[in-house]
Amino acid sequence: MGGTHVIDAHQVVKNYGEFSALAGVSVHVDAGECLALLGPNGAGKTTLTEILEGYRTRDGGEVEVLGVDPSKPTGAWRSKLGIVLQNASDLADLTVNETITHFARYYPNPADPEQVIAAVGLTGKAASRNGKLSGGQRRRLDVALGIIGNPEVLFLDEPTTGFDPEARREFWVLIDRLKLEGTTILLTTHYLDEAQYLADRVAVIARGLIVAHGTPDSIGHRGDAIVTWSEGKREMSESTTEPTAFVAALASKFDGEIPHLRVRRASLEDAYLELIAQDRDIHVGEQ
Amino acid sequence: MTNFIRLDAVGMGMGRVGIELKQFFRDRESAVFNFLLPMILLVIFGSVFGEQDLGDSDITFSQYFVAGMIASGILYTSFQNLAISIPMEREDGTLKRLQGTPMPPAAFFIGKIGMVFVAYIAQVTILIAVGVFFFDIDMPTTSFAIFTFIWISILGLIATTLLGIAYSVVPKQGRGAAALVSPVVLVLQFTSGVFFVFTDLPQWMQSFASLFPLKWLAQGMRSVFLPESAAAMEVNGSWELGLTAIVLVVWIVLGALLATLFFRWTPRGEN
Repeated sequence: MGGTHVIDAHQVVKNYGEFSALAGVSVHVDAGECLALLGPNGAGKTTLTEILEGYRTRDGGEVEVLGVDPSKPTGAWRSKLGIVLQNASDLADLTVNETITHFARYYPNPADPEQVIAAVGLTGKAASRNGKLSGGQRRRLDVALGIIGNPEVLFLDEPTTGFDPEARREFWVLIDRLKLEGTTILLTTHYLDEAQYLADRVAVIARGLIVAHGTPDSIGHRGDAIVTWSEGKREMSESTTEPTAFVAALASKFDGEIPHLRVRRASLEDAYLELIAQDRDIHVGEQ
Repeated sequence: MTNFIRLDAVGMGMGRVGIELKQFFRDRESAVFNFLLPMILLVIFGSVFGEQDLGDSDITFSQYFVAGMIASGILYTSFQNLAISIPMEREDGTLKRLQGTPMPPAAFFIGKIGMVFVAYIAQVTILIAVGVFFFDIDMPTTSFAIFTFIWISILGLIATTLLGIAYSVVPKQGRGAAALVSPVVLVLQFTSGVFFVFTDLPQWMQSFASLFPLKWLAQGMRSVFLPESAAAMEVNGSWELGLTAIVLVVWIVLGALLATLFFRWTPRGEN
């Protein structure tokens, strides 16, 4: 420990009674990097994130965030963190502007509330009560609260759940801008395209363990191509490193065209589903 | 930077008073239940029983009741308000969000106490105005009575605020919190000489109520709003102001202890 990583978790263990939520998880995130934690519900994503945020205690392992053990949080340390929790519904009776302006007071070096409200696209809603915002707008308010303190590290726990595709795109642009400014980001998400777009590295977590770790393009057997076609009413699929030879062999089986033939490179989603499928006891979440 | 944050706890706490008050008055349920209810009760009880005299005296029931309602107001704006709203804030993530910011915990409690004081001052002003205009309540005239009113209010608010923060761990969910809190307030009101004249209550009920702050708050407020001669109608023939101060200070110490031991930012099992 005491290394150069902004987030450094080593062999983290967390048990709830008999249930092992984290069975020795190690991840690290460097300055300015974005790591995406992927995994089905109940895999331990939020448990790990909340240990790093200083909300939950751990039963084993070493953790440092910005050189501080999160189990001993200080105000100075918290002022460098931005936290976007899952499903918030608090502060319903305040307006967007009141909320952001008030929370700016807690930080020694806050961003300009008006600029933050503009950055998340809520300028038109600044005078609205938070309780009247739509799901997507409410989530953008949570992000605004996460970045009002000009954080060095930003935790985003499923930030775009419930967004329409356009809102998700806009959100990605916002996070991209924070990355350009050098913010270190730990993102948990169910959306593989989101991880592909935002993350420099991806860690797949299942049953309290990291089952794969790497860049979004290198996870799983990504050199493989996936060939899909139909045989009668059945959808067929084959993963192969030699798609040309495979299709040639397949062509000889059919008289003329291969029905519904498709050849594509394996996506992060394919790799993810394959990794998760090795863990059949676990329900595959929202995918 | 640590010093910066510590020194600023009071400033941030003052900022939180404004935020807390906005939330208190904008939440219609809390505004009716914790703020308006004593006035509604005063109008109802005053209209039904207000003209009756107490015993052989020429003191109206309204005069007796307004003292009890002001004492109850202390309990409504602090204990009932906090013991219901804090479990809701714990459930909806308000507390968790604050815990994740550099806000010193002291600022949160300063904000709550400030909100309670401002809400109480507004409530007591309206209560007295309603009493004077509709039920001909006599206002305290001596500076001693006004001084008593102020210290009873302050000690009472501090004690019941701390007890409200401590009791906020009892409701496991925000949704059902009111059902676990308002019966406590109701029972204390019935047994502490708010709805009925205290000396008319059975002995065991009087002894029970004497353990809790409301009986002493109501008695102290009666010393403010009833003529000196009415002291003879109290249990021990006196207002017992010294004993009242002692009881309230004991509850402040106990409340501070319970609040420190039991207060939590996140729901049980979430750690």
